[in-house]
Amino acid sequence: MRRARVAYAGALHEATPAGDAAVRLADGRVVADDAVVWLPPFEPGTVIALGLNYADHAKELSFQKQDEPLVFLKGPASLVGHRGETRRPADATFMHYECELAVVIGKPARRVSRARAIEHVAGYTIANDYAVRDYLENWYRPNLRVKSRDGATAIGPWLVDAGDVEWPPARPLATFVNGKQTQSGHTRDLVFDIAFLVEYLSAFMTLDTGDVILTGTPEGVVNVDVGDEVVCEIEGLGRLANRIVGDDAFGRSRGAAGDGERGSMP
Amino acid sequence: MPLAPFAVRCDVPPFRLSGTVIAALLNHRRSLAALADAVDAPPYRGAPKAVVLAIKPRHSLVAAGGALRVDDDAGELAIGASLGIVIGRTACAVREADALMHVAGYLVACDATVPHASHYRPQIRATARDASCVLGGLVVARADVGDVDALALRTFVDGELAATASTAEHVRGVARLVAEISDFMTLAPGDVVLAGSGPDAPRVRAGGRVAVEIDRVGRLETRVAVADRAPA
Repeated sequence: MRRARVAYAGALHEATPAGDAAVRLADGRVVADDAVVWLPPFEPGTVIALGLNYADHAKELSFQKQDEPLVFLKGPASLVGHRGETRRPADATFMHYECELAVVIGKPARRVSRARAIEHVAGYTIANDYAVRDYLENWYRPNLRVKSRDGATAIGPWLVDAGDVEWPPARPLATFVNGKQTQSGHTRDLVFDIAFLVEYLSAFMTLDTGDVILTGTPEGVVNVDVGDEVVCEIEGLGRLANRIVGDDAFGRSRGAAGDGERGSMP
Repeated sequence: MPLAPFAVRCDVPPFRLSGTVIAALLNHRRSLAALADAVDAPPYRGAPKAVVLAIKPRHSLVAAGGALRVDDDAGELAIGASLGIVIGRTACAVREADALMHVAGYLVACDATVPHASHYRPQIRATARDASCVLGGLVVARADVGDVDALALRTFVDGELAATASTAEHVRGVARLVAEISDFMTLAPGDVVLAGSGPDAPRVRAGGRVAVEIDRVGRLETRVAVADRAPA
């Protein structure tokens, strides 16, 4: 079973697939998949993200393997659904996508052992966890200005039930920029696997329904520019599309100090 | 200690909290000063340029009247007394000069962390723990607080004054903090921004009683209890 949350004709709906290019709303209507607005496929709680969780990507960014996972949290405004837009600030020189397997929690988890982690997983979806590397600083790195930006974490299209996916999930993942493949990897190569992460996190923070763990990205991140279409794909989970847009679409002035503010900021 | 006469409860609109709480880190001048030469050495290589932030996840939050939790009797928490800025109007890319118009009011917060020396990585095991951040039960309207960047904060442990600070010592005052955060993270009504605490946070173990006072905003009392070890 796979489900989406969409907006259509003035209301929010749960939707399921209906052929190649249509969705079926819970009320029975079948509509073209580009006639709906795709929202994150579940009501998001805490957004938990992993850094450097593929050995090859860590090497790409010149990091040694760590003793414990690099985990950071994102604000709720960071999420945007399938076919959403993500702003590239005018002063950025290196903004890249990160295709990630997203694990959605279905049942509260506190002090859960890795053997029982699967019982707390509702399902999976795809995330594209953009970063603007120009803003990277060495304080609580990666800092939120790099990683918790409005609309810079695309997620969806579908929440795929855990029962429909092998445990642990072993799927190829790939990113395409304007149709050209730029990233490929496999979820079996996670440094810290899902069971470990549920045990590790739930030892000090209760995971709750709707919390989501973005498990990190493999190597192959390249810069994206305004106008690019970025598609992240995980085999059997779907294809998550996103478009890069500029400051002008958000009424922000080019050349302002910092991050393209509307108006001045010291 | 004077409490503003028009204090309102958190759960009365427009002061209903959203559950999103964002804490400013290293926002006290003494925090960076305490690091001295380490600021310019690896791994930091220079003082932070952008505002430094951490998200407080939902289970880290404790309503007024609740207790902070520590892992065991030996564990210590560093008690961070902080001004909580309650957003009243959606703030996205607002200018510093306009930022206060997006603030509904203020509350007292007590943000406890497991003491840690490094500021290089996000450290969520120390900063995002269950039951680690108590939010005061009253939001005092902005107009009743006056100059928010000149408020004294006092932390008491077991009834004794353990730390004092002032919002005047913040690297970024309230308006600048809201403006800079809103440049990349939209703040919604009911979101809370913790303005941050100083480097000399008192350490408290299980059984300790804590109170935080902020001039014209209020007083919050809590205690430290041992966390329940049972799985859920």
